[in-house]
Amino acid sequence: MNALYASRRRRDFSIRVLCYAATALGLIWLALILFSLFSNGFAGLSWAVFTQMTPPPGSTDGGLANAIFGSIAMTSLGVAIGAPLGMLAGVYLAEYGRYEKLSDVVRFINDILLSAPSIIIGLFVYMAVVKPTGGFSGYAGALALAVIVVPVVVRTTEDMLLLVPNTLREAASALGLPRSLVIKRIALRAARAGVITGVLLATARVAGETAPLLFTSLSNQFWSVNMGKAMANLPVTINAFVQSPYETWRQLAWTGALLITLAVLTLNIVARVLGAERKQK
Amino acid sequence: MTDVMTKDPLTSDASPPASAVDAKVSIKNLDFYYGESRALKDVNLKLEANRVTAFIGPSGCGKSTLLRVLNRMYDLYPGQRATGQVLLDGKNILDPGVDLNLLRARVGMVFQKPTPFPMTIYENIAFGVRLYEKISKSEMDGRVEAALKGAALWGEVKDKLDASGLSLSGGQQQRLCIARTVAIRPEVILFDEPCSALDPISTAKIEELIDELKSRYTIAIVTHNMQQAARVSDRTAFMYLGELIEFDDTPRMFTSPAQQRTQDYITGRFG
Repeated sequence: MNALYASRRRRDFSIRVLCYAATALGLIWLALILFSLFSNGFAGLSWAVFTQMTPPPGSTDGGLANAIFGSIAMTSLGVAIGAPLGMLAGVYLAEYGRYEKLSDVVRFINDILLSAPSIIIGLFVYMAVVKPTGGFSGYAGALALAVIVVPVVVRTTEDMLLLVPNTLREAASALGLPRSLVIKRIALRAARAGVITGVLLATARVAGETAPLLFTSLSNQFWSVNMGKAMANLPVTINAFVQSPYETWRQLAWTGALLITLAVLTLNIVARVLGAERKQK
Repeated sequence: MTDVMTKDPLTSDASPPASAVDAKVSIKNLDFYYGESRALKDVNLKLEANRVTAFIGPSGCGKSTLLRVLNRMYDLYPGQRATGQVLLDGKNILDPGVDLNLLRARVGMVFQKPTPFPMTIYENIAFGVRLYEKISKSEMDGRVEAALKGAALWGEVKDKLDASGLSLSGGQQQRLCIARTVAIRPEVILFDEPCSALDPISTAKIEELIDELKSRYTIAIVTHNMQQAARVSDRTAFMYLGELIEFDDTPRMFTSPAQQRTQDYITGRFG
């Protein structure tokens, strides 16, 4: 073993140690966060969390039923509005407009929207919807979440469609398929798992958003299925309860955080499984 | 070179049997541009019905480009355009008003890489048929079976028609693509290096298939493999740098080509 090779080996070894150390450093924080979340969150988990409403000021017991429902309702509606819009825009960018100048502009603006602070989106919907309509509402909250969903879905849909080889589009066109069918039946079908994964990840992203809901749906301590009114939701409830003087309220905040994390974790796992299926093909 | 270019290959006495058959496709003064760069230069050629015409030449000579003009596949991309005339049964397919979907249903294409659709074997074939015809389930079953038999694939897949087209081997996938093309009953079939991704046994099967298909279709095949051109084609066109250098009966092209460059290419002196 000559000296040059020996020094290369030493350097390789030290770089490798640094890489492992950096990875460990990152993972330790995640582990600590999850550990404190699980130990604090599971402590407060009971049926009451799912059956009782958030406690009014002065009261110390209650649950998160209205907040859980509100979060599910607004997230679902937000994704229901944002995902189709995002998919259609993604299809435009990857298919119809692939060689257009307009696509570069749209892609650039979409990237800005993708990294826009969510509190700005909340403020925007507050000014555009909440003020003119005269009040906080679940619809406004869902709309703010939809604005966050759109750029994520646009991006993943476009990326996944770009992974579909052009030869497949040519083969479909060669059979005399009109463009719309080439996209719908061939390109989107080939990219299906990836596009669904993108929607799931966008869902996971908005499920935990607090800032956009603070100015739009606000919160509501009563059970409400009326999305035209202010609506309770987990993130805003956590935000409020974690600062409260009552021990039981802080416990509810931990439990709420645990529920969101578990939901997001589940969505991510489903997305991973779907992604793995795609690779097998 | 010029005397071959100006001579009409169909009436030229160099290929007497040719005059007896109809020209399905006539290419006249065809130029093709990728943006500013001219990829085909004044190509004149006729594809005869029920004959296999092979296109040979070194990479970049324009043979694939020529094939992609015949079903206007180039229209999918911006900046690509063709000028001149390509007459299919006397109608110019380069006219702006031509319905590309109907054209492509008449002029089918099989690609270099097998491209099964992400669906079942059955659906891979039924899918294209359904676009143009409304037929019952039992008729469709018959069409799928006939197409798979026509592509010599039926025996291998008849018990797993519901399996994904992607689960087949490369050679089987390519025959599935041929079956899919045949199922919509085109008039012309274009093969763009159909065997270059396949093993010798699969290649032999595809070549046999092309030989059978020519009784019903007009066939054009681009190939890098000169033995393949010699085996499957009736006419061979040699292209070089975007020009048609020589076009003649295949046996003559491979034994006594008129052009020195054809001779050099065929004998492996360049390319």
